[in-house]
Amino acid sequence: MALLVDKHRPRTLDTLTYHPDLSDRLRSLAASGDFPHLLIYGPSGAGKKTRITATLRALYGPGVEKIKIDSRVFQTSSNRKLEFNIVSSNYHLEITPSDVGNYDRVVVQDLLKEVAQTQQVDLAAKQRFKVVVINEADHLTRDAQAALRRTMEKYSPNLRLILLANSTSNIIAPIRSRCLLVRVAAPTEEEIAVVLAKVGRKEGYKGCEPLEQRIAKESGRNLRRALLMFEAVHAQNDNVTEKTPIPPPDWEALIEVIAKEIIEERSPARILQARAKLYDLLTHCIPATTILKTLTFKLMPKIDDAIKAEIVKWSAFYEHRIRMGSKVIFHLEAFVAKFMRIYEGHLTGMDMDWDD
Amino acid sequence: MASFFDIRARQAAAAATAASSSKQQAPTGADRLQPWVEKYRPKSLDDVTAQDHTVTVLRRTLQSANLPHMLFYGPPGTGKTSTVLALAKQLYGPDLIKTRVLELNASDERGISIVREKVKNFARMQLSNPPAGPAGEEYRKKYTCPPYKIIILDEADSMTQDAQSALRRTMETYSKITRFCLICNYVTRIIDPLASRCSKFRFKSLDEANAGKRLEDIAKLENVKLEDGVVDTLLRCSEGDLRKAITFLQSAARLVGATQPPVHAAAADKKHKRAKIEDDDDEDAMDVDPSTSSADPTRSKEVTVSSIEDIAGVIPPATLSNLIAAMSPGGSKGTTVYGRVAKAVEDLVAEGWSATQIVTQLYEKVVIGDEATGDWQKSRIVLCFSEVDKRLVDGSDEHLTILDLCLQVAGILGER
Repeated sequence: MALLVDKHRPRTLDTLTYHPDLSDRLRSLAASGDFPHLLIYGPSGAGKKTRITATLRALYGPGVEKIKIDSRVFQTSSNRKLEFNIVSSNYHLEITPSDVGNYDRVVVQDLLKEVAQTQQVDLAAKQRFKVVVINEADHLTRDAQAALRRTMEKYSPNLRLILLANSTSNIIAPIRSRCLLVRVAAPTEEEIAVVLAKVGRKEGYKGCEPLEQRIAKESGRNLRRALLMFEAVHAQNDNVTEKTPIPPPDWEALIEVIAKEIIEERSPARILQARAKLYDLLTHCIPATTILKTLTFKLMPKIDDAIKAEIVKWSAFYEHRIRMGSKVIFHLEAFVAKFMRIYEGHLTGMDMDWDD
Repeated sequence: MASFFDIRARQAAAAATAASSSKQQAPTGADRLQPWVEKYRPKSLDDVTAQDHTVTVLRRTLQSANLPHMLFYGPPGTGKTSTVLALAKQLYGPDLIKTRVLELNASDERGISIVREKVKNFARMQLSNPPAGPAGEEYRKKYTCPPYKIIILDEADSMTQDAQSALRRTMETYSKITRFCLICNYVTRIIDPLASRCSKFRFKSLDEANAGKRLEDIAKLENVKLEDGVVDTLLRCSEGDLRKAITFLQSAARLVGATQPPVHAAAADKKHKRAKIEDDDDEDAMDVDPSTSSADPTRSKEVTVSSIEDIAGVIPPATLSNLIAAMSPGGSKGTTVYGRVAKAVEDLVAEGWSATQIVTQLYEKVVIGDEATGDWQKSRIVLCFSEVDKRLVDGSDEHLTILDLCLQVAGILGER
């Protein structure tokens, strides 16, 4: 059984519920016959992918939805073989180059050139060009991005790129200047509530407006998350009411526990306890950045305003360290220790030397 | 080889070519699908916008049939590639350019093996000759056809050190029949031995008058109507990068549907549209009778300032001043600085604004635009910005980083 998220995903531009302006634009782009390279960015769960699928459909018709998965083998200059999965239809390809880590340049160069140099075979196709969708474009290495530059200009008759990214910060300027930037903002809480109500009606759930609004608020403006929560609530309770608790994901509950514990008591023994829990989270593949961020925002309501700025400062500091360093647990623990020290200092009124 | 004395004759011929090529600029059906950046690439050196110094030097070499190795450097979108392509076109003309010019860029594999094989093979290849007979005479009159080939290494700063070193001897050995042109953004990434073998040309950022004029020309040729101030906005958003400005202009034109497709293309398009979407009324209405719509230009929509800002990803002033208000001390009772800033930042991130854009615009507002803040405070604020920019480049989490920046700046502002 498909999840609600997939089952009720809008398939055409007309059925998209929010951002009507954006849908109009995409529609006129698809209809103009003069489709630019696109760089779509926005927070996760905002509907970037859904919009792209719908746009592709507007470009090529329903044929786009017949997809197959190819496994291709690429050879790097050092004779290493790379296995790489490509999702493709007759008209478009979808790749996630960050799968192959540092070798993404090889994939980008080889694959795109191959696509770019072959013309559209299907004579009935509506467009002369093929579309290549690149997921997680902000994780492409600099080399791979540099390799894209000229390809985008030179082969533009045969090839259009659609880059999907969470933010444009990591995309190099030459690429940005060659694309049409499209920002997909996260839906507002009201918009999420409307979507939830609509999906609920389709599924035959009993509507309960306050609950839907609570879910929308909890989801942090992430529609995918909201829908998953909505499904979970309905799967666990036959009859939902206003007060039905929304079960938080396990990992969030665990982080909540950590936050509570390190505020209660600040001692080396507690750090040890926290470490066990942090390891638990890491072994369950929760990204370190997510742990640190969630922990920070769970701590915020529990502490005094005076030290909030300080905590955020160190949180950002250690988050940067996580990115740069190699062993994440060090930095997570360091943050816990730092927090305890600042909090203790604030409680006892002692002005410790923080700015080291 | 052509003598020095018929410079005039050749100039006249070149002018004739330029004239004929400007005729080609009139939009045709196939051209319409091309990005305007490619379509309006300068066809001759005279078309190159600004860069007077470089163009003057190159024009002289054009007449003297001698050319040094060249190194072009400068920020993106200032016309480096365009200049060298225009030069090559003027030197060789359409028939010879394929055999006389090799263009390699970062999208081609350019390791040391390529330099050793492809570049070397091309460099030592025999020169191709212009067609013989009276046609060749004519051709020679129009184009100088100097006795050397050109190898263009675009984006040379992304070549490895090894590959660059391998070029050194190649450049010297075949200098009789081959000239190199290296193009890069950062001249410091070209190794010294290479740089010293080339004459360097610095491409400066385009000045506003020239770039603005070019944009207006393009808009006129494409039949796009511009609102007042659009050109200024384009220049401001693109920071001297003409390619960016032209791309923005084209995207904006596409979005508002201001381009008017030629008749045959419209007819082909119409078939598609019928089959597809029905509520596309105004688009269809425009396409049904293009002749009347072009006769009555008031009907086409114009490109507005806000649409340009939208495409460039500029944060609207209202949103930004909202954030600044949250950061400044005081504010309404019952709210704390943290609460207000956290809310504002959360909204910004959820709206999907790019963190670098936030940082840039905030910097302009807080450091440059704000007169009331003291120098001591500003200098510390700048420190925060520097740290945050580095973190963003390293790929830190945007939400945390921006929140950190705003809180720190708010803290410093609160001291006064």
